[in-house]
Amino acid sequence: MKEIKKSWKNIPIGGNILEAGNSKNYITGTWRTFIPRLDKEKCVNCFQCWMFCPDNSISIVENKMVGFDYDHCKGCGMCVSVCPTKAITMEKEEK
Amino acid sequence: MAILLKDLVNKNVPLNGGHRMCPGCPTPVIVKQILMSTDHPKVAANATGCLEVATTIYPYTAWNIPWIHNAFENAAATIAGIESAFRALIKRGEIAEDRKQTKFIAFGGDGGTYDIGLQSLSGALERGHNFLYVCYDNEGYMNTGIQRSSATPIGANTTTTPVGKVSYGKKEPRKDLISIVAAHHIPYIASAAPHNWMDTMNKAKKAIEVNGPAFMDVISPCVPGWKIRTDEWKGISEAAVKTCFWPLIEIENGEWRLTGESKKIADGKMEKLPVEEFLKSQGRFKHLFKLENKDVIKLIQDDVDKSWNYYKRMAGYND
Ligand SMILES: Cc1ncc(C[n+]2csc(CCOP(=O)(O)OP(=O)(O)O)c2C)c(N)n1
Ligand code: SF4
Ligand code: SF4
Repeated sequence: MKEIKKSWKNIPIGGNILEAGNSKNYITGTWRTFIPRLDKEKCVNCFQCWMFCPDNSISIVENKMVGFDYDHCKGCGMCVSVCPTKAITMEKEEK
Repeated sequence: MAILLKDLVNKNVPLNGGHRMCPGCPTPVIVKQILMSTDHPKVAANATGCLEVATTIYPYTAWNIPWIHNAFENAAATIAGIESAFRALIKRGEIAEDRKQTKFIAFGGDGGTYDIGLQSLSGALERGHNFLYVCYDNEGYMNTGIQRSSATPIGANTTTTPVGKVSYGKKEPRKDLISIVAAHHIPYIASAAPHNWMDTMNKAKKAIEVNGPAFMDVISPCVPGWKIRTDEWKGISEAAVKTCFWPLIEIENGEWRLTGESKKIADGKMEKLPVEEFLKSQGRFKHLFKLENKDVIKLIQDDVDKSWNYYKRMAGYND
């Protein structure tokens, strides 16, 4: 995803933010040093990772954990430490 | 109706990613647990602090619900004003039927709640507004660089209680805010810890749906403030409860109760761990494990035991 930068010329009058939850257009994925990876074979879809991820970065599609929102995942590793089947591991991210 | 994870994952989360809380900060998880506990429409107010600053850095906001920040000391007064205005608009017939059950929730850090916002909180509780106030309790003024608050525990190293040759950190015990709020005789009060999401969400649901003021104090281990790793907060939240440093309490219409692991410990069905189990992984207490500070750990244990026994008595257990 490309980040949208706004200059003073195109911000709303009064400094209003017109779109709810527009922080999703801001990338925090660049903060990562380590990146989580999912082993779908081991995942039992218990959703513990979803509950404890502080950055809303666990992607669930049709009741299945399918991976991560790497635009926003900060690489904190909490999903790894709460996963009961060790389906998530962290690896050093190559940039 | 029971709260199930498989239902929650299909709902919209009230706080989006892209916020700038530290990696591994539990506060956004607490907000999710509180706000997703009911499906009613919700409005939130925020005291100044990490949650407010880092979720609304201009020109972005992470909030998917109507949200307001006013000042550091008046989140409770602000939400009270909104709730009053809302009642007036209902009387005038200006609120649509499906919005009439809108719920009002204020969030503040411990600095904004225990210290500077205490009088506005007390006022809003006394006036009986229909709202929930949630303190995310990271036991210090974290957003401005880890100063002590009246929620900071004994022995903690902060920038205003620095550890060195003459000091072992903060000398005074935490303020017992639960009891202060209880003295307002409001319908619902609870403490909670985010590792036990079910307990936290059940309490939040009751607190939001009760008629009248409600208050929750939720422990929020802070990565830079407590000097912990980014993947450690869940274990520390659990250790806080299992050592009885952070008892899980519920006060419903004046009736005190213990819940979760705290109830199990009081009933003799779970072991009460020594307070070291809570202190040991946190850098803010590292100095306490030096030989010369052995007595301080005992001081902390005595303080934990004293307040645990008090809460147990309040909940109807005999010593
Ligand atoms: C009246 C006033 N005094 C001081 C400040 C500066 N200030 C901003 S955030 C903050 C600390 C907030 O601490 P806390 O409420 O514990 O929340 P946390 O940052 O820990 O989330 C302070 C002192 C302010 N904004 N307003
Ligand atoms: S590493 Fe942290 S931010 Fe990334 S998905 Fe896991 S819990 Fe979420
Ligand atoms: S300083 Fe502490 S409370 Fe504030 S965002 Fe970071 S971890 Fe969270």
